[in-house]
Amino acid sequence: MKNNIDEINRNVYDIKNKDEYEFKIKKGITKDIIEEISKQKNDPSWMREFRLKALEVYNSLELPTWGPDLSELNMNEIATYVRPKTKLNTSWDDVPEDIKNTFDKLGIPEAEKKSLAGVGAQYDSEVVYHSMKEELSKQGVIYTDMETAVREYPDIVKAHFMKCVPVHDHKFVALHGAVWSGGSFVYVPKGVKVDIPLQSYFRLNSPESGQFEHTLIIVEEGASLHFIEGCSAPKYNKVNLHAGCVELYVKDNAYLRYSTIENWSKNMLNLNTKKALVGKNATMEWVSGSFGSKISMLYPMSILNGEGAKTEYTGISFAGKGQNLDTGFKVVHNAPKTSSVVNAKSISKNGGACTYRSLVRINENAKNSKCSVSCESLMLDDISRSDTIPVSDIRTDEVEFSHEASIGKISDKTIFYLMSRGLSEEDAKAMIVRGFAYPVSKELPVEYAAEMNNLINLELEGQVG
Amino acid sequence: MSGKTEKLLEIKNLYVNAEEKEILKGINLQINKGEVHVIMGPNGSGKSTTANAILNNPEYSKTKGEIIFEGENINKLPTDEIARKGIFMSFQSPEEIPGVSVTNFLKYAKNKITEKPVKIFKFREELKKYMEQLNMNPENMERSLNVGFSGGEKKKNEILQMLILDPKLAILDETDSGLDVDAIKTVSKGIEMFKNDKNAVLIITHNTRILHSLDVDYVHVLINGKIVKTAGKELAKEIEEQGYEKYKTGVKE
Repeated sequence: MKNNIDEINRNVYDIKNKDEYEFKIKKGITKDIIEEISKQKNDPSWMREFRLKALEVYNSLELPTWGPDLSELNMNEIATYVRPKTKLNTSWDDVPEDIKNTFDKLGIPEAEKKSLAGVGAQYDSEVVYHSMKEELSKQGVIYTDMETAVREYPDIVKAHFMKCVPVHDHKFVALHGAVWSGGSFVYVPKGVKVDIPLQSYFRLNSPESGQFEHTLIIVEEGASLHFIEGCSAPKYNKVNLHAGCVELYVKDNAYLRYSTIENWSKNMLNLNTKKALVGKNATMEWVSGSFGSKISMLYPMSILNGEGAKTEYTGISFAGKGQNLDTGFKVVHNAPKTSSVVNAKSISKNGGACTYRSLVRINENAKNSKCSVSCESLMLDDISRSDTIPVSDIRTDEVEFSHEASIGKISDKTIFYLMSRGLSEEDAKAMIVRGFAYPVSKELPVEYAAEMNNLINLELEGQVG
Repeated sequence: MSGKTEKLLEIKNLYVNAEEKEILKGINLQINKGEVHVIMGPNGSGKSTTANAILNNPEYSKTKGEIIFEGENINKLPTDEIARKGIFMSFQSPEEIPGVSVTNFLKYAKNKITEKPVKIFKFREELKKYMEQLNMNPENMERSLNVGFSGGEKKKNEILQMLILDPKLAILDETDSGLDVDAIKTVSKGIEMFKNDKNAVLIITHNTRILHSLDVDYVHVLINGKIVKTAGKELAKEIEEQGYEKYKTGVKE
C-alpha cells in the first residue's frame, strides 16, 4: 500500500518537472504527436501553434487534487489515448456484450450501432444532416464540424476558440487544446431564430471523434438556438478518457438552450468542460442527463456578464455500480439584475456514488441579482452514496439567494401504495425514479425524453432481487 | 342483499401482528358479491390492520388464519398480485408521487390490472366522466399524483382510482375521515356509482356520517382485534348515539 502511494507521487513529480526538451521522451505526450495530429487535421499554422502552446500549459499543470480519484488514468501512458486514427480503431467483436445488448434494447439500427461503437462507417443520417444544413444556410446559420470551421471561418473561430474556456483552466482543458479533434461549430447570425433543435447526433464524425471534441456555438444578438448534444445510446470508446470542451457565446438578448444526454460506456473517465458567456438580457439554459462513464467530473458554467442575463440549469445524474459521478453547476453573477436557477437531481444505486458540487459566485457589481439552488438526491439502497458540496461566494448584500438540498430514499409505504394498484415492486421503483427524473425529461424533446425513460428502465433492470 | 349469494372474500380466524404486537386476535368475516360491509371501531382497534392484512402489506405479519378470495388462499401473495386478482384499497393517507401525472399513473395501473393495453380515447372519456361526477378539477389530471392535493382531493382521487380500476372488492380505509359534508357526499356518490351485484365494498370507518347516504348490508364492530358484534345498518345508528362503551366492556385489553 505504502509503495503504491509513493509510486503515484513520484509520477506526478516527474510530470511537474518536465520541460520542453523532455517532450521527446516516450512517456507523456510529445511535440511530435501534436505535430502529427496537426498535420492530419490540416491545421492552419495558427492552430498548430495553439496546440503546441496548450501542450506547454498541459505539462505545467497538476492533476486536480480534489474530487474523484483519477489515479487509474495513467498520465504516463496518455500518449496512447491521443495518438490519432489507426491505434484507436476497434472491431465490432471488441465491443462489450452489455453495450451491444443496450443498443438492442434501445432499438438502435445496425449501421448506427457500429458508428456509436466507433467501429463503423459514417452513419447515413448524413442525408438528414445535409438537408437540414441547406435549410439553415438560407438563414445564414453556419452548422458544420469544427475542422471545417477552422479552415473556412478562421476569423470567427480565431476570435472565439478557447477564449471562453482558456487552456489554463485546468490540466484536461490544456490537454484538450493540444489534441482536440472533431466537434460542432454553430454560428447563428443576429436576430435569427432557429426553430428546430440542432442535434450533434445527426452528424457523427469519424470513429475517433467524441473523445476530445470541441463544440463552439455563437448565438449573436437577439438570435436563438436549441442545441442537443449526444444521445442515450452508450457510446463506446476503447480508450477511456473523454476530455471534450464546449464553448458557448450567448450575445445580448440572445437565447441558447444546450441539452445533453450522455451515456458513455462504463469504462470511461468523462472529464468534460463546458462554459457559457451570457450577455445583456440574454438567456442560457442547460439541460443535462448524465448516465454513463465510470468517473465523471462535469460542471457546466455560466458567466452572466450582461445586465439582466439569466441562466437555468436542470440536470440529473444516475450512478450505478462502480460509477462515481461528480457533477454540478457553476455560475458567476458578474452584472446587476442577473438571475440563476439551479435544479439538480441525482440517483444512486448498487453502490454508485453521486456528488453534487457547485459554485455560486455573486460579484460586488451584481446588485439586485437572484439565485436559487435546489438539489435533490434519491438513493435506491443503503450501499450507495450521495453527497452535496455547494460553495457560495457572495460579495454583495443586495441579492436574493436560496439553497435547498434533500437526500431521500424510496419509502416502503410508497412501494406498497403502488403495488396495491397492480404494479410489481420493480415497476413501482421505476415509476418513482422516472417521476423523480421528470423535471429533466420534460425539458427534452419528446423522443429524447422517451429514450431517457428507457434508459432509466434499463438501469433499474435486475436491481430488485 | 340478493337471494343468490356468491362468496367473494372469506377471512377465517385471522391473527395479525404489527411490529411484534398482536393487533388482530381471531377475525372472521365473509363478504359476498353485491354486499356493502362496514367495519367500525374506536382508534387502535385493528380496522386498518384488517385492510392492510388483506392486501398483504409486508409491515404486518399473519400468525394464524386464512384469507380466501374467490376460493383461493391469498395469505402470502404479493400485494400486486392481490391487486390484479381484483382487490383495491383506498388509503387513509395516499402517497405522493412527484413527476407522475394522475392520467399516466392510472393508465399504467389499468394496464397492469387488466394486463392488456388501455384504449387511450375510451380511457380519457371515462376519466373525464368520473372526474366530473366526483366534482374534481379537470386540471388535476395532469398534476403529479397527490402532490399538493388537499385532503379532500386526495380522497376523491382514491375513489377515482377505484372507479377506473374497477376491482371486485373495494376496501375503503377511513376514506371519509377529515372530509367536510360535501366531500363525504361526493365520496358516497362515488361508492354508489361503483357498486353492483358483481362486486362488493368494505368500508372502514370510525364515524357514521358516510353511512347516512349509503346503503349498507352489514355493520361489524371491531374492538381490540375482535369482531364483537355484527348486525344491519341499525347498528351504526346505535353506535352513533351510544358510542362503543357498551361493547368495550367485557373485551380484554
